[in-house]
Amino acid sequence: MSVEAMYAEIILDHYREKHHSGLREPYGAQVQHVNPTCGDEVMLRVALSGDRVADVSYEGVGCSISQASTSVMTDLVIGRTVDEALALHEEFTRLMHGRGEIEPDEDRLEDAIAFAGVAKFPARVKCALLGWSAFKDAAALALAADAAESMKESR
Amino acid sequence: MSYDVELIRSDFPILSRRVGDYPLAYLDSANTSQKPQVVIDAMVDHYERHNANVARAMHMLGAEASAAYDAGREKVAGFIGANRTEEVVFTKNASEALNLAAHSLGATLKPGDEVVISVMEHHSNIVPWQLLCARTGATLRWFDITDEGRLDLAKAAAEQLINSNTRIVSLTWVSNVLGTVNPIAEIAAQAHAVGAVMVVDGSQAVPQLTTSVTGLGADLVAFTGHKMVGPTGIGALWGRYDLLAELPPFLGGGEMIEIVKMGGSTFAPPPYRFEAGTPPIAQAVGLGAAADYLGELGMADVAAHEAAITSYALRVLQQLDGLRVLGTTSVGPEGRGGAVSFTLATRDGLDIHPHDVMTFLDSRGVAVRGGHHCARPLHERLGITASTRASFYLYTLEREIDQLVEALNYTRDFFGRAA
Repeated sequence: MSVEAMYAEIILDHYREKHHSGLREPYGAQVQHVNPTCGDEVMLRVALSGDRVADVSYEGVGCSISQASTSVMTDLVIGRTVDEALALHEEFTRLMHGRGEIEPDEDRLEDAIAFAGVAKFPARVKCALLGWSAFKDAAALALAADAAESMKESR
Repeated sequence: MSYDVELIRSDFPILSRRVGDYPLAYLDSANTSQKPQVVIDAMVDHYERHNANVARAMHMLGAEASAAYDAGREKVAGFIGANRTEEVVFTKNASEALNLAAHSLGATLKPGDEVVISVMEHHSNIVPWQLLCARTGATLRWFDITDEGRLDLAKAAAEQLINSNTRIVSLTWVSNVLGTVNPIAEIAAQAHAVGAVMVVDGSQAVPQLTTSVTGLGADLVAFTGHKMVGPTGIGALWGRYDLLAELPPFLGGGEMIEIVKMGGSTFAPPPYRFEAGTPPIAQAVGLGAAADYLGELGMADVAAHEAAITSYALRVLQQLDGLRVLGTTSVGPEGRGGAVSFTLATRDGLDIHPHDVMTFLDSRGVAVRGGHHCARPLHERLGITASTRASFYLYTLEREIDQLVEALNYTRDFFGRAA
């Protein structure tokens, strides 16, 4: 696998034009994730509407892999239920840890299959997972916040 | 004999490795240097023939190992121009040496006292002082830099950075990112005028410049073995003997004591007071061999080669569209370290992140470092989050710089293709 193949056109397109970029209101939870070794950083917000992901907004700095992967992730999870989104997180994480031996499901992962090649470059796997991990964290926090809110209301 | 880089390279087995279809261009020596065969052999020979613990083993091998360890210290002391061998304290690395300095020097600090560093420091010359100030209530202050990447001495003077409250000044001699050579003697004089102690991080300087610790003006100098063709696992803190003699210990344990009683202990004189536990013995042997190797090459010639290769790199890199060098862009009269950090953008202005640059260069045989190089505050000061750094050493060839430039051109055009 060459680096040229790893840097698929889709990745460069998302790096140039990040989807859903910028921090927006309202949101249920906000998290900051960093890769201390390389300095990639993402601040990410999740807004829920019932059990659906209403919005994911973010600001980040970092390499094309981390930035494009976050952009692709927002395309995939916005509008889905939290359960569906977390299942995609799990599938993408499995793909990234598969050393390039897992055949990605294009119907489910859409543009994210472009990162399949990254799995062959162990040093870059954490770049591709940065935004996804931040989403998982923020979604859990937003769910917890909603649950706490509805407990208060029911009292 | 003239300085023959090709001949010198034949001493370094690793430099003949290939990366896929490309010869290895190792341009990451500010991170760690490669090792000549004599250093590798010295350590293998020690383990094969002389291995034992030092000082406390009273048998033949113990005597040989102790002598070898002491000889390592003597060679290092000679290499840096120390007045006494006992002025060299062996540590794990430069970070530990700086932590030792911060801990032992800072034992008597109190609120109102000030410690001065600079914004261009490596994290290892920032965090120990932050921890010290948090422990003691002292205040941490720092030199800013100019747009050219030099210490802003005018601003420091205007804000009386070094004043009667200053107890410690700790600065890097050569920046690991910008290559700036700082005016240590001048600042040491300011520090001494107010009764402060001058600490120097020599990690990048000692491998590249002729070092005379007595002429530098500093009271303590930290450096590391692995950047000066020696092994990992050993660094050193040089200190004026009379200063070391009055400092309290850092780590406690075996070898650093005089008499241990359950009610309290007394401590050995320097350097042993600061070397708790079994020291890096084979590493001291390797570092001694490294000091000998550098001494035989001649540090004046090593420094001249460093200046020449850095000049060449600065010249050809700046001809590259989209590349911007951080800090000083030429080798000035004060010299310049052999680390060149830069950013790269496509022709239509898309910043190519250093990790992407690094991945592409690696695929074309060129080893560089991308990121903040353990100097995040400096990058923040420069308004960027990361950079790519190429760093050169006594074995670097112009051909390797050309390979770097070609790979950078390729990378920039690859990322610009979608434009």
